[in-house]
Amino acid sequence: MDPLKFFAASRLVIVAGKGGVGKTTVTAVLARAAARLGQRVLVIDVEGRSGLAGLLGGERDEVLGYDERVLASGLGEGGRGEIHGRSITAGHALLDYLDAHGMGRVSKRLSKTGVFDVVSTAAPGIEDILVLGKVKQLERSADYDLVLVDGPAAGHAIAFLQAAAGLLGSVTGGPIETQAREVAELLADPARCQVLLVTLAEETPVNELVETAFTLEDRVGVALAPVVVNAVYPDRTIPEPIAVTGARDDELVGVLSAAAAFRRSRRELQHRQLERLVELLPLAQVHLPFRFTATLGAHDTDALADALLESIEACP
Amino acid sequence: MTSLDELITNTRIIVCSGPGGVGKTTTAAALALEAAHRGRRVVVVTIDPAKRLADALGLSGGLTNEAARIDLPAAPHADTPTGELWATMLDTRATFDSIVERYAPSPAQAAVILANPFYRNISGALSGTQEYMAAEKLFELHTDERFDLVVIDTPPTRNALDFRDAPGRLTRFLDHRLYKALMLPTRVGLKVMNVAAQVFVRTISKVVGGDVIADVVAFFQAFEGMEAGFRARADAVSTLLRAPETSYVIVTSPRHEAVTEASYFADRLADHRLAVAAVVVNRMHPLFGAASAARLEELALTAPAAGADPEAAANLLELAHVAVDEAAAVAPLVTKVGAVPVASIPLLDTDVHDLVGLAEISGHLFAASGGAR
Repeated sequence: MDPLKFFAASRLVIVAGKGGVGKTTVTAVLARAAARLGQRVLVIDVEGRSGLAGLLGGERDEVLGYDERVLASGLGEGGRGEIHGRSITAGHALLDYLDAHGMGRVSKRLSKTGVFDVVSTAAPGIEDILVLGKVKQLERSADYDLVLVDGPAAGHAIAFLQAAAGLLGSVTGGPIETQAREVAELLADPARCQVLLVTLAEETPVNELVETAFTLEDRVGVALAPVVVNAVYPDRTIPEPIAVTGARDDELVGVLSAAAAFRRSRRELQHRQLERLVELLPLAQVHLPFRFTATLGAHDTDALADALLESIEACP
Repeated sequence: MTSLDELITNTRIIVCSGPGGVGKTTTAAALALEAAHRGRRVVVVTIDPAKRLADALGLSGGLTNEAARIDLPAAPHADTPTGELWATMLDTRATFDSIVERYAPSPAQAAVILANPFYRNISGALSGTQEYMAAEKLFELHTDERFDLVVIDTPPTRNALDFRDAPGRLTRFLDHRLYKALMLPTRVGLKVMNVAAQVFVRTISKVVGGDVIADVVAFFQAFEGMEAGFRARADAVSTLLRAPETSYVIVTSPRHEAVTEASYFADRLADHRLAVAAVVVNRMHPLFGAASAARLEELALTAPAAGADPEAAANLLELAHVAVDEAAAVAPLVTKVGAVPVASIPLLDTDVHDLVGLAEISGHLFAASGGAR
């Protein structure tokens, strides 16, 4: 598949997956790859802590604020590619919305009295709708070619995406209902929005991914992008048995053999899970290689972006 | 606390906290299994609807809100008679319903509350309710004479730490100005709301529409008379969570972002003047028999000169790098929590499918102390 076509499928892509599978990494890698193709990309953190900035050239533990900031620019041919980043929290989004709709006085009262807590208790999902409503506004603006949301963890992702439908049943009238309706329209339109699911090539994450995929299709009706399988061990063909040609060194031969056996068994395990995923879910798969580190940085994002683009091209 | 052995021998409650996807549920179950093998009557509570854990424990019907007894094989410690292992899953809605039923002055009033849309919202989806109900469930099991140890995992959200604040949340909610404003008229016997209440209600109605508000008012009205019971219970739960017999175990993976999150949890515990009793690092890359990650890397660097196959040498170097990196990522957390046991579980080839697999995890957890195996 042509990577440009991959990124042009919808302007908004919501990245979702079980905790620990590398959702944030994949969001950053998608942003980097698209920007290198000359796209103007916005990445959005909805949990106020994701580490996106660090993966895209900011400080390692920098948390993105509500105000947008440029994380990278001058990328791709002609230097048009840019990556912008920001967070969206429900409280901010509500004040923003009320201000923009001539209800500034209401918004001041709401924030001053803490009534917002009660409102969100009264209609759960309201926070999600405020966040998605703001995302929708950014998706509608012509400022970006691609808007990537580093979504909440899988369990909450379904509730997050169902919030619109849920609220339409319980909230009548007022700006929240309008928002919910518009968000529902956005989610239902595959030309505007897709959900990209991330997993590891391991048994439980694969099971949960398949379950999430079917739930999202059935209950939310949102279009699914190809699945990204993160941290796949790259192949290495290691001849057996392990020996050293120099002086006899049992300790070295021992660790070399054990490491080779570990690599082989990880690969086999992952291959089995990748095959299971093919059988269980009729979606294209894009693979990202495992990086042999515990702390990913901007240079890893860049290397992974290369791998992503290659893997997309290899997709049917 | 000097070892994990002491932890599972002496404590009455173990709370496993940590970021999502690091194996909290499995760790909780492995700790519980080992404690049962050492003669304790343990119940493990999971928050996630973990079908895999239910299967691993041999519960074909899945985990439910009622504790189910697990059939344990013969004890590996011949000198200690095997205790009991029970498992249950938190059902937030059912737990909340049972509290309402307990404190409602009459079954009719309980029915009104249970049917109220606002109540159904809080008891189902509201963030914070799950934490509160987990605390409530913990209290219930702690006071259940069938058990002398409760092991629980917490929800994998940042507000999981509100677990300890959770019992106070609802009572704080009852102290909220809005609640007072809304309830004032009925208390003084007036049927009209006071001015302040009307302003609030109009404000909220503008945003979410009028029906929602009507539900809230109806809920608060139905709730009247139950507050005292709720408050007393919340205080008792809160006290238990701060008591010395409750121990907190932090579970993490050795990835930088997970450790950062786990450190945040440790800080929050410290804010509450609660100590971390142990740290469990799950999914560590193996050292292949080397004494340390640094030693493994040293060996890897000598491999090319020693005439090892280049692919074999490159593989070892890659895996040694990860090991060194993981040790470095975990170090700040270990320093932060001070002198507490730190146990690790290697990245395993298979997921846990049965009690044997779970016992293998226990074996890793208690390896340093000459535990299970």
